Amino acid sequence: MPAMYSLWIVGRNGGLLYSRDFWQLPPIEFNDKLRLASSWFGMCGISAQLSPMPDSSGIQLMQADTFDLHSFHTLTGTTFMLLTEPHTPDAAELLRTTVYELYCDYVLKNPFHEMDQVVKSELFDHNLVALFAAVNRRWGVGLAQ
Amino acid sequence: MFQSRGSVGIVDKPFSRQGKQEVALSSFSYLFGEVVQYCQSRVSNIGELERKLDEVGYGVGLRLLEVLCYRERAQRRETRLLDMLKFVHSTLWKYLFGRQARDLEQSNTAEDEYMISDSDLFVTKYVSVPREMGHFNPAAFVAGVVRGVLEGAGFPARVTAHYVPVKDQARPKTVILMKFQHYSAIMQREQRIPG
Repeated sequence: MPAMYSLWIVGRNGGLLYSRDFWQLPPIEFNDKLRLASSWFGMCGISAQLSPMPDSSGIQLMQADTFDLHSFHTLTGTTFMLLTEPHTPDAAELLRTTVYELYCDYVLKNPFHEMDQVVKSELFDHNLVALFAAVNRRWGVGLAQ
Repeated sequence: MFQSRGSVGIVDKPFSRQGKQEVALSSFSYLFGEVVQYCQSRVSNIGELERKLDEVGYGVGLRLLEVLCYRERAQRRETRLLDMLKFVHSTLWKYLFGRQARDLEQSNTAEDEYMISDSDLFVTKYVSVPREMGHFNPAAFVAGVVRGVLEGAGFPARVTAHYVPVKDQARPKTVILMKFQHYSAIMQREQRIPG
């Protein structure tokens, strides 16, 4: 059954800026999250160097038997990680358009946000949760808050 | 007089025709964000920040009154309080936000207080005020604009912006509160003006 699990945002220096679950998931300790996020950030950088061709984007999608990890690197170096059920359709598209747009609107245009600092925008949170609740509902899976 | 054809200076353009120029919401939001940050780096508390934004808006308001009177009012400026308030509520709001303000009302408690309320002003659209900043409202800038317009028209007032929660809605509305100074003098003046 397709479903969106959670979204993480990693800053330009590999620090975790934001994470939010849209599904009842076993909790990960905050320090572990920080470590995982920066490890993923590093792996994306390495994968770009592995490319035989220049200008590689690095890892975009990692698939496992229990989840998909969509990774999106913006031009300015922020990394978005979206964890979904395996083979959830439209996830990459959603991440690149709607989620990125929400980030640009409600985080970057907020005068109280500083670059590469933890995202504290209430409106971003609110809109993001509403968006993913709507997506999950469309697939007939209720949001477990 | 030495101007070549084709490039017209800003003062030679007709007033009315250059009226409907709009700026992208994103550009405005980024610029406004920078203005807030600039002000924030020069103050030590929320009250001062609101005052700074108010000052920025004040200059805008004075100029807007001038240009809007020429452009939309056939070179006529309102001299009565209610007409002036309507001007702010409709003409100024339309110029700033593309539509009229939702409500214009007189306060129940004090007759020299008027309120304009509206939701989703685009100065507040993308702004999440951090909890530690309490009741700060970025519409202090709009309050400054309104203060500039009113003062330029001869109705000095203290103008402030507040968030007011609305039932059944996630987002609070913004209320611009205008408290007129020398209210009785204004009333006396209006009685002297004929018809």
